[in-house]
Amino acid sequence: MKIVVAIKQVPLRDSPLRVTASGQRAGRWIEESDLSFEINEPDAYALEEALQLKEKHGGEVVVLCAGPQRAAQTIREALAKGADRAIHLEQDDLAELDTLGVARLLSAALAAEKPDLILTGLQSDDLGAGQTGVVAAELLGMPHATIIMQVDVEGAMVRVKRELEDGWFQHIRLPLPAVLTIQSGINKLRYATLMGIKRAKAKEIKRLTATDLGISLGAASAVIEKVYSPAKTKQAQIFEGDPKTAAAQLVEKLKFEAHVI
Amino acid sequence: MSVLAILEQQGGQWHRMSWETLAAAQQFAAALKVPLNLAVAGSGIGALAAEAATKSAGKVYAVEHPLLGEYTADGYTAAFEGLVQALNPAIVMFPHTYRTRDFAPKLATRFSRTLIGDVVAARLDGASPVFVRQLFQGKLSADVRPDGEGPHFVSLQAGAWRADTLESGAAVVETFAPPLDVAMIRQQPEAPFRESARAVDLTAAERIVSVGRGIKDKENIPVVEALARALGAELAASRPICDAGWLPMERQVGSSGQTVSPKLYLAVGISGAIQHLVGMKGAKTIVAINKDPHAPIFEVADYGIVGDLFEVIPALVEQIKKARS
Repeated sequence: MKIVVAIKQVPLRDSPLRVTASGQRAGRWIEESDLSFEINEPDAYALEEALQLKEKHGGEVVVLCAGPQRAAQTIREALAKGADRAIHLEQDDLAELDTLGVARLLSAALAAEKPDLILTGLQSDDLGAGQTGVVAAELLGMPHATIIMQVDVEGAMVRVKRELEDGWFQHIRLPLPAVLTIQSGINKLRYATLMGIKRAKAKEIKRLTATDLGISLGAASAVIEKVYSPAKTKQAQIFEGDPKTAAAQLVEKLKFEAHVI
Repeated sequence: MSVLAILEQQGGQWHRMSWETLAAAQQFAAALKVPLNLAVAGSGIGALAAEAATKSAGKVYAVEHPLLGEYTADGYTAAFEGLVQALNPAIVMFPHTYRTRDFAPKLATRFSRTLIGDVVAARLDGASPVFVRQLFQGKLSADVRPDGEGPHFVSLQAGAWRADTLESGAAVVETFAPPLDVAMIRQQPEAPFRESARAVDLTAAERIVSVGRGIKDKENIPVVEALARALGAELAASRPICDAGWLPMERQVGSSGQTVSPKLYLAVGISGAIQHLVGMKGAKTIVAINKDPHAPIFEVADYGIVGDLFEVIPALVEQIKKARS
């Protein structure tokens, strides 16, 4: 079977974030020049799931990634883990598009690939909209299921385990081709091997733009106007400095102010 | 012009977030000076619609069809597409539930719109609404402005609006029969289930020590176990710790785990993504220990220590033992 995994490159977890001070996007995004980037975590699980499905059923895993030039690094890492080839949709300033715009871009490339199964992470760690997979499915006319914890391909159908709220789950069957959004923790991530890293260098990365795909992304219907640090609603009493002193101060408060120990 | 609030029920039970969304929609419709309508979908939901009609609103649309008895993304999308087309509201509001996450983006796409999801606040800039979302897992906020003609689609985060501000009234129930047929619905759902009876009931715990990514390695779990022992607390964790198998799933606190409200909740190395916060922000006293002073967990904490947990926790264990002896 042919599986396409849509992945996104995001700032490294725990990166120090500063709002853009100047230029066209001043106050509307973050300063990216001094950041390092990695694969969006749920997308890493989607990639792993695709690789495991390929090991079970045979076929091909294609990585699809929309992003600026720097995303090439993350694409190489996905190829090193075992994806067969990649498509890089070169697009600067993804955050200037809304989800519909990004999904239009991805689905144009997806339609041309005619995959049996499309996997992506359930949400991105940066924008966190959690919609791209669902919207792409709608644009492609495919069924979808979200927040998936298990995938079993059964002939022309796929049976998935969907996470619900408060510890509940549900199995759903849907016909292929379909789009699934994968939850973190569905599987155990592999590391790239030295051999994998070596092989990745010879693998194909096709570079395409919206113009190459012959699509117009349309005007965003939801625009980020301003990005800022959240206002504090509660003022925590913070103890800093020497751990021993801080611990003693905290215990004092917990005992005599909060009365919880 | 109107506001439409889409409420959620399952098996005849309201999702509690429905009332928060309704309260928000009442405030928003009043500020915009436009009528508010409600909708709920299902099969045999007359009694629920009647209950919703005791709240202040214009109409309650009971979106009734045998094919809506079980939730499917295809069924719900088609049903609400029909209703939104018929009413042409300026804004459609949903509770940001797992179900909304599954079908609302698809519904918005049918109207060439992007769902503005997981909204924590809203205001009017003149007559034009601005919605606040969290970015980077709560580290930054963003003002998002819907552009162009409605309908615009917005889902509201759990706990961002309070249900106790809900206004009572007498709305009119109207049945809306969406044109559904079996061939439109591609998902075949089975009955929901729970993995196993919960051996650990965190909801009954008076004190909880909860651990997150900051613990770095499974080998380090005993560090927080010692703290839990010293406090007489249950040990819990954020999702990544359970995903990695460092602690069992049944000890997970958050939207996909348990919702707790102990007297003391001590969060160790947990940054405080919203998925975790919704499970614990009802705790009476919240303590956060984290090396990042900007971690969102400090937004909900009463007390905090900024520092390396591997230095802070042993010192804390010592002090607690002293205080309790």
